[in-house]
Amino acid sequence: MAQAHPILENSGFNPDKKLKIVGSSPIKHDGLDKVTGRAKFGADMFLPGMLVGKILRSPHAHAIIKSIDISAAEKLPGVKAVICRDDFPEIKAGSADGDMTRNAMAREKALYDGHPVAAVAATSESVAKAALKLIKVEYEVLPHVIDPVEAMQPDAPILHDYLRTKGVKGADKPTNVVERYELGMGDVEAGFKEADVIVEREFDTKPMHQGYIEPQGCVAATTEDGQIELWCSTQAPWVYRDRLSNILKIETAKIRIQQSEMGGGFGGKTGFYPEPIAIQLSRKAKRPVKIALTRNEVFRATGPVSGTKSRIKIGCKKDGTITAAEAELIFQTGPFTGSAFTNAPQAMFTRYALKNVKTVSYEVVSNRPKVNSFRAPCVPQVVFGVEGVIEELARKIGMDPIDFRLKNAATEGYKTIYGDVFGPIGFVETLQAAKKCDHYKSPVPAGQGRGTAAGFWFNRGGETTGTLNIGIDGSVTLILGTTDVAGSRISISMMAAEELGIPVDKVRAVMADTHSLGFNRVTAGSRTTFSTGMVIIDSARKAITELCKRAAGIWGVSPDAVTFEDGFCKPAGANVGSFEPLSIAQIAAKTMATHGAIAGHSEMNVTGAGPGFGLHIVDVAVDKETGRVDIKRYTVVEDAGKAIHRLQVEGQFQGGAVQGIGWALNEEYCYGKDGRMENPSFLDYRMPVASDVPMIDTEIVEVPNPRHPYGLRGVGEVPVVPTMAAIANAIGQCIGVRPQSLPMSPPKILKLIDDHKAKNGG
Amino acid sequence: MAKKYHITTTVNGDEYEYLCEAQQTLLDVLRDELQLAGTKEGCATGDCGACTVTVDGTMVCACLVLAVETDGAKVDTIEGMANGNELHPLQRSFLELNGSQCGICTPGILIAARELLKRNPDPTETEIRYWLAGNLCRCTGYDKIIRSVQAAAKEMRGA
Ligand code: FES
Ligand code: FES
Repeated sequence: MAQAHPILENSGFNPDKKLKIVGSSPIKHDGLDKVTGRAKFGADMFLPGMLVGKILRSPHAHAIIKSIDISAAEKLPGVKAVICRDDFPEIKAGSADGDMTRNAMAREKALYDGHPVAAVAATSESVAKAALKLIKVEYEVLPHVIDPVEAMQPDAPILHDYLRTKGVKGADKPTNVVERYELGMGDVEAGFKEADVIVEREFDTKPMHQGYIEPQGCVAATTEDGQIELWCSTQAPWVYRDRLSNILKIETAKIRIQQSEMGGGFGGKTGFYPEPIAIQLSRKAKRPVKIALTRNEVFRATGPVSGTKSRIKIGCKKDGTITAAEAELIFQTGPFTGSAFTNAPQAMFTRYALKNVKTVSYEVVSNRPKVNSFRAPCVPQVVFGVEGVIEELARKIGMDPIDFRLKNAATEGYKTIYGDVFGPIGFVETLQAAKKCDHYKSPVPAGQGRGTAAGFWFNRGGETTGTLNIGIDGSVTLILGTTDVAGSRISISMMAAEELGIPVDKVRAVMADTHSLGFNRVTAGSRTTFSTGMVIIDSARKAITELCKRAAGIWGVSPDAVTFEDGFCKPAGANVGSFEPLSIAQIAAKTMATHGAIAGHSEMNVTGAGPGFGLHIVDVAVDKETGRVDIKRYTVVEDAGKAIHRLQVEGQFQGGAVQGIGWALNEEYCYGKDGRMENPSFLDYRMPVASDVPMIDTEIVEVPNPRHPYGLRGVGEVPVVPTMAAIANAIGQCIGVRPQSLPMSPPKILKLIDDHKAKNGG
Repeated sequence: MAKKYHITTTVNGDEYEYLCEAQQTLLDVLRDELQLAGTKEGCATGDCGACTVTVDGTMVCACLVLAVETDGAKVDTIEGMANGNELHPLQRSFLELNGSQCGICTPGILIAARELLKRNPDPTETEIRYWLAGNLCRCTGYDKIIRSVQAAAKEMRGA
C-alpha cells in the first residue's frame, strides 16, 4: 500500500492560529473580467476559419433508426462535414463507454426526444441549419415510457434488450430496472415495535434542470497529425479527456482540453454533450468547429435531475427518540444508468443517530434525457419526504421540531449507514444556532406558516493536482486543475497567501489545460476548495522548505537552522548567528545565483473531507384563492467548518436555497402523450426571478474539520438539500395539510386546500 | 448564399460596418461578426436577459432585435460600461459585494441595473427586484445582486 501523504495524516490544523487572510472577503481576481464582459465562456472562443456546428435531434421518444442519408446535406455549398453514428467507433452496448457514446450520438435507437442523430459543420449558421433539413432519417417509432413506475411494470416498453436488474438474484428477463440496492443497519422490525408513534407517507418529485444560464459551448480544432484541442465549458476537463479518449479511441496525450470560464454547472457539466460531436466534425472538416447549444437543446438533451417516488416510514418514542426508519425509493435515470442514486439511501437519514434503518432503492431507465448530477445528487428529492415525516412526528408528540432533531442528532463517533465513523461534526451546533437566530425566535406572522428542515452531505475529496510558482519578485502564481464554479480560485489563493505570509493580491491563479497538470477529478460534491486547497497548501509548504534551504545557503548555515514565519526566513535560534530575516521576494531575487526557480507541486488522492449539515427556516404565505405560495422570509444556517471567503460562502447558501425554491414551487419537466418535452424554454420552465424571492439570510456555523489545515468542510451541496422540505413543511402549517408532491404549483396547492376543506366538512 | 445587408452601427461610440443576413439578430452580430462576446446568449428567446444591451438608449434583449433594425442606431454593450480604466460604480459594487458568481448573467444585469438607476436613482428593494425580473441568475439567489445595486445607487446619489 502506498503511504498516505503527510498532510493527509496531519494537516497542521491549529485552532488558535491568528489568521490574516482566511475568513475575510477580498475581491476575487477573476471578478474584473466578469464585470467588464472580458471573461471568456464556452461560446466565446473564436478561431480563424472556424465553422458552425449544428446537431440534428430525434423528434421521437423511442424509435429504431433504420437509416440515415447524409448525401444531400453533404452536397450543400458551405457544408464542410456531416457526421452520424457511422463516424463514431463501435463500442459494445451496455458498457460505460457504450452508454456514453450512444448518449453523445444515437446508434441503434433514438431513446429520447432530443437525442442527437446527426450533425453538420458549415460556414454559417444558416447553411448549417439548411443542411440539417436535408438529412434523411428513417425511423421506426416504438412505444415509449416516461414515468419510472410505469417503466417498472412487466408490460412496459423495454429500452434495452440486454438490461438485467443488478442486485436481484436470477434476474434473467429484459427489464427497465437497472439496479435494486439495499442498504440498512440494525433491526427495523424491533425498532418499530418500540415506537409510540409511527408516520408513513408517500412522496413524488419531478425531474428539474440544473438551469445553468450558459448553454454548453465548445470549440474543437484538430491537426493533420491527429492532435485535438478542445475549448469547452466543463466541470471536469480531465474526466472529459479520458472519456473522449475511450469513446473516440484517441490517446489522452493527443487531447488537450482548455476549460473556459463556466457559466454555471451545478453538476450538469460533469459529462459531455456537444464536445465529441464537435471533435468528430472538426476531424472530418479539417477546420475548427464551434457548437453552442440552444436553450431548447439544453432542456431536451442535457441535465436533468432524477424524478423520484418514495415511501418513507419513521417511528419514535414519546420522548422523541427515533427507533426505526424505513424507505423505498425509485429513481428515474433517463435511458442510461448514472443517477448516483445510491447517495440517497446513504444520506437521507444521516444526521440522526439512528440504529435501525432499512432502505431499498431502484434505478429505472425511461425515455427521457439521461440525468446528470445536481448539487448533492439524488439527496434533496428524498429529504423532501424524510424531513416532512420528521416534522410530523415532532408535532404529533408535541415537541419543537428543532428540539426533536437535537434529541436525535448524530455526533462525533456515530457510525453511519455507509460505514464511516463521524469525526468532529457540527450538526448540534447548527441546530442550536438555528434556535438562537432572530428568524426562529420571532413569532410567525399572522396568516403565514413556518417550516424547518435539515440536510446533510458527505463532502468529498479525491484525486487532485496543483502547482505553486514563486516569481523572481516574490509574487506567486498558482496552476489549478479543478474548475472554478463559484470562486474557488480566490479562496485557494487566500490559503496560499496565508501560508506564505504575503498579501493575497500577490497571488494569481490560472486554470490549467489537461496537458499542464496530472489528473484532476471532477469539480463536484463540494470538493474543490477543500481538495485543491489542500494540494496548494501542501505545495506552499514544499516551497517554504525550499525557501528555507536557499536562505540557509545564503547564510552558510544548515537548513534546519532556518524557520519560516510571516513571509520571512529567520534563524531558528540565537545560536544560529545574527542574520536579518529574508523575505520571499529577497530570496526569490537570488534564485538565479542559488538553484533556479522555487516552486511547490503536489498531487494526491485527498481524504479527510468533513461532513456538512444545514438547517433551513422559511415563512410562507399561501393565497387560498389561487394556490400561489409566497416565500416571505428565508434563513439558511449551515456549518462551513471554516468560511475561507465569507461572501462566497453566503453566496453558496443563498444560491442553493433559491434553486430549491424553484424546485419546490415551479420547476418540472412536462411531457406530452407523444413523449416530447412540452416546456423546453425559460418561458415555460419557470426558474425563480428576482421578484419571486426575498433576501436570503445566512448564518455561518464554524465547527472546524481538523483534517484540513484551516478546518474547512465544503459548502456547495447542503444548501439545496433541505429547501423543498422546509417549504413544504411551511405550506403545511399554512393550509393544514403538508404537500407530498413536487412541484408545489398553484393548481396542486389549490387542490390540497379544497380536498382538505371537503374532508373537514368545508 | 443568403442575401446580405450592409449595416452601419455605432457600438460603444465606435462606428462599425458589417454585412449580415436578414434573420441574424443583433446578438448574433455583436458576438459572431464584431466579436463583442461580452453580451451573452442564455436562451435567444427573450427570457433570460443575458443579452441585455441598449439601442438608442432603450433597453432591449439583443436576441429579439434583428441586426438590420439597428442600421444607423447607437448600441451600447457591457464592453462600453467602464470609462477607460474607471469602472462604473455598479461594476465596482458587484466586485466588492460579490454580486457576480459564475458571471454569465453579470453583463446583462449590469446594463439593466444601469438603466434602472438612470430612471430611478433611489429604487426600493421591490423596485429593483421587479426591474431585474427579466434577468435570470441561477447562482446567487439574487441577494447579493440586489445589495450591489443598492450600494451603487447610494454611492451615485452621493448619499
Ligand atoms: S439570450 Fe436574449 S434574453 Fe436570453
Ligand atoms: S452569477 Fe451565475 S448566473 Fe448569475
